[in-house]
Amino acid sequence: MTYFSGEKMTGGYGGPDIINSCTISVDKGEIVTILGPNGAGKSTAMRALLGMLNLRQGIIKINEKDISNLSPQDRVKEGISFVPQTRNVFTGLTVEENLEMGAYLREESFQDTLDEIYRLFPILKEKKNQLAGQLSGGQRQQVALGRALMIKPSVLMLDEPTAGVSPIVMDELFNHIIKVRETGVAILMVEQNARQALSIADRGYVLVTGENKFSGSGKELLNDPEVRRSFLGG
Amino acid sequence: MDSVNALVLFSNFVIVPALSYGSQLALGAIGVTLIYGILRFANFAYGDLMAFGTMFTILFTWYFQSIGISLGVLPTALLAIPFAIVITILFSLLIDKFVFSYYRIKKSPPVTLAMVSIGVMFVINAVVRIIIGPFDRRFFDGERFIIRANEFKEMTGLNEGLAIKSTQVLTLFITIIVALILFWFLNKTKTGKSMRAYSDNEELSLLSGISPERVVMITWIIAAILATVAGTLYGLDKSFKPFTYFNNLLPIFAAAIVGGIGNPLGAFLGGYVIAFSEIVITYAYKKFFAYLLPESLEPNNLIQLLSTDYKFAVSFSILVIVLLFRPSGIFKGRDS
Repeated sequence: MTYFSGEKMTGGYGGPDIINSCTISVDKGEIVTILGPNGAGKSTAMRALLGMLNLRQGIIKINEKDISNLSPQDRVKEGISFVPQTRNVFTGLTVEENLEMGAYLREESFQDTLDEIYRLFPILKEKKNQLAGQLSGGQRQQVALGRALMIKPSVLMLDEPTAGVSPIVMDELFNHIIKVRETGVAILMVEQNARQALSIADRGYVLVTGENKFSGSGKELLNDPEVRRSFLGG
Repeated sequence: MDSVNALVLFSNFVIVPALSYGSQLALGAIGVTLIYGILRFANFAYGDLMAFGTMFTILFTWYFQSIGISLGVLPTALLAIPFAIVITILFSLLIDKFVFSYYRIKKSPPVTLAMVSIGVMFVINAVVRIIIGPFDRRFFDGERFIIRANEFKEMTGLNEGLAIKSTQVLTLFITIIVALILFWFLNKTKTGKSMRAYSDNEELSLLSGISPERVVMITWIIAAILATVAGTLYGLDKSFKPFTYFNNLLPIFAAAIVGGIGNPLGAFLGGYVIAFSEIVITYAYKKFFAYLLPESLEPNNLIQLLSTDYKFAVSFSILVIVLLFRPSGIFKGRDS
């Protein structure tokens, strides 16, 4: 049994179904990536796992517990943290305040987590009193990751963490994500940069029109001729 | 000597009144801007909420006077403010529960909520008139002046006097204290930061587990406190008349927009910008120039840019100019 899973999820934003009987799961200490063409329902699948759309069918479980009917806020309390693709930092708050807001639900002192995040992302410590809105794209993504990690999540979901950053910054961000995996967090990410994402992922899902089309380990998908032809450009 | 006289004259009729009027606008504008930032609509009922809070300050003041309680040289109203605040807070939360929350849960567009607030405005307006009447009320007691014009003249030997009313000093003093507490709250406490976060990015604040109901409730509480304090200070300084409070909505909105709507510090400074503009433009400078210029150049008219009857035209013009050329407010620096 995997740690966090959504089984046979079907639903959309009120109109037609965007995902159809879609199944996604991730275990602790694992990076799982969701790939697929534009409009395949990748982000929608992720939002479904978060409780941000109404599913007609499907069960979402964390650690054997059914959380299908919980609100997004209550899922945060269950240890699921999400980094949206855009608008993922509080631009008018300082870097440190952003991180503090990530720990909003934690009653106890979170100084140790803050130190850990600063160790993971040294640039954030340097810029802790700057407004997050004044940082570069790559630094903002680090703030966004840091904010999501402050709650000490067991599951971290990332929606296109490397969208719109340069290749160098992309490599750096992927390195950070690998470091986060080493702390035992289950990581689920949607990625456009399929080749790079698969090279760091343990497993991957390819969605087409809201359904699971292929799945397998990162290596298998990278070497699968059909996946290569359709999504990796040969 | 003449230039000192001119300076005293200018202080007496421009600087001192503008500082106290600006403080009253500043507190009101922070209330408007907080509601806009958190609840995301322009609350047109705010002027009348100020009237409502002031009305209860007056009622409690009368009650305290009737049982013989007073603060000596200070106005009894200061004692009444906390009680009026409690009632205004309850009233605001009640309105939110029975009116605004319905549209919030329905996710109505901001313009719908603004229209709803106009309805609320008429209702509060009527409630205030039913309870206390539409007339002018003076509820100030205690010592009116800290320095009288005559005393100042005797003390300094100048031709011009500088009168400082106790309400002006009280206004400035209370505004500074309230603003310091408020900015400390917004910038240093967890709840305050969560309010700024919610105003900055609603979705992300929900993803961080910030409770929207709590943020909304605290916003109404702060808005009600500011409305009562600002309204009472204005009423003490001038007089209480429900219609004036409705009129003050314009300069208050102008202040909030000049400061960049949603930005509390901007709204605070915006209050003074509007107050100084209104008074500087409507002041008659004849006597001022008479002191400064040689006799041959002495002006023979009032040298008043606009009659005081048109002071609202000043705020309105500033409002339009800012909206046309710098919709994000004049204090916002370069930002992404």
